[in-house]
Amino acid sequence: MTAIIIDYDAGNLRSVARACAEVGLAAKIAADPHIVSGADRIIFPGVGAAPSAMKSLKREGLDVALIDAFRAGTPMLGICLGLQISLEHSEEGDTPTLALVAGRVRRFDFTDRHLKVPHMGWNEVKPVRAHPLLGGLETGDAFYFVHSFFPQPEDASIIYGQANYEHDFCCALGVRNYFGVQFHPEKSGRVGLRLIEKFASWDGALCSPNA
Amino acid sequence: MLTKRLIACLDVRDGKLAKSVKFVDTKDIGDPVEKAREYYRDGLDELVFYDITASSDERRILLDVVEAVAAEVFIPLSVGGGIRSVSDATDLRLAGAEKINVNSAAVQRPALIAECAEAIGSQNLVLSMDIRRVDGDAGLPSGYEIVIDGGRRSMGLDALQWALDGEKLGAGELVVNSIDADGTRDGYEIKLTRMLSEAVRIPVIASGGAGKPEHLREVLEAGKADAALVASMVHYGDYRVSELKTWLHEHGVSMRMSW
Repeated sequence: MTAIIIDYDAGNLRSVARACAEVGLAAKIAADPHIVSGADRIIFPGVGAAPSAMKSLKREGLDVALIDAFRAGTPMLGICLGLQISLEHSEEGDTPTLALVAGRVRRFDFTDRHLKVPHMGWNEVKPVRAHPLLGGLETGDAFYFVHSFFPQPEDASIIYGQANYEHDFCCALGVRNYFGVQFHPEKSGRVGLRLIEKFASWDGALCSPNA
Repeated sequence: MLTKRLIACLDVRDGKLAKSVKFVDTKDIGDPVEKAREYYRDGLDELVFYDITASSDERRILLDVVEAVAAEVFIPLSVGGGIRSVSDATDLRLAGAEKINVNSAAVQRPALIAECAEAIGSQNLVLSMDIRRVDGDAGLPSGYEIVIDGGRRSMGLDALQWALDGEKLGAGELVVNSIDADGTRDGYEIKLTRMLSEAVRIPVIASGGAGKPEHLREVLEAGKADAALVASMVHYGDYRVSELKTWLHEHGVSMRMSW
């Protein structure tokens, strides 16, 4: 079983590859749409801006490959920008995105002028409902975040985790075989590695039989 | 709720860990990879490697140290010292650094900030500032000046103005390092940290002067810092990382307490 880490000029993919190695998940960084379409499982990482990310995905034909893989039931994990562009639209550069998930990506717009943007650092992730990838999550478990935009899915029932920065926002969502997180599990110590380890054996179903 | 961060800085010289007092008279105190591993397991929130002599004598950062640490330490890793170009920054990113700190070279050529921000993203670019208090008649409105090359050269540049310029050019975070407080263990420069943190909208990391847990609380609360950087306090075994975090947590500072 090998995970494909999508390479689309969206930042440092090696830290994701290192985290996969640490939990025993064989991973390969690839930008070829044929490899992506045929992957056993896909990790869709990324930091950076939505407009340039969409541009390079389209240039490589990776947008179509990702949509195909989603429809085919391939287990997929989106991280940070990889989550954001799974929705329909991002306020960042007014960009139409992949639309695997219904909803939009909004910019943090605070009434408190002293709140720093980006939202950077460790924040507690509160589970909203059970998901195989969030198994073992306990009160107080925090993940590392770096972002200025956040996802706002249309259907609140697909939200699995929330964090708070002036207001609660969705930081983990799941639709069938796709799971997206706004935080960086590869930089979140033991709790982050646990999520990647669970992804390594996830069959793409929303709830495991024992959940 | 976003927690405050505890960051440990490992000053690296010739691949070894060093700690300076007021930026002179450094002595070696151990293996950086071993220390990084120890702090990570003990709940550290972020790690900074600083090649303390790179700026002065043109030496390149020790990419192999970064690479070795990145393979087993899964928290944000930040590296600085001697970064002069986009390729210095991208080399370090490939070795495993999340964030890149620019300092002296950015003072000499501010466009470096914009170039690096464009290449690696603002959120990964840290402007590290070495700052010294000046007399009222020095002609600097904030009362603080920027120094470079490990504190050896005064630039006649106002610290507050430089922080604002850095933010505008694309820095995603600031390190406020007080040369006056560095290595004294008498506490951070609260007034300076607060002034800069209130002036910018990007996160501020306070650096220089930590000696007691109370100093960290002071700079995170009164100093309005988003993160506190420590070195001597943990390097010599006076305090453990987990001990500092527990103390802060018990004294009302929001910290990540499960790792």
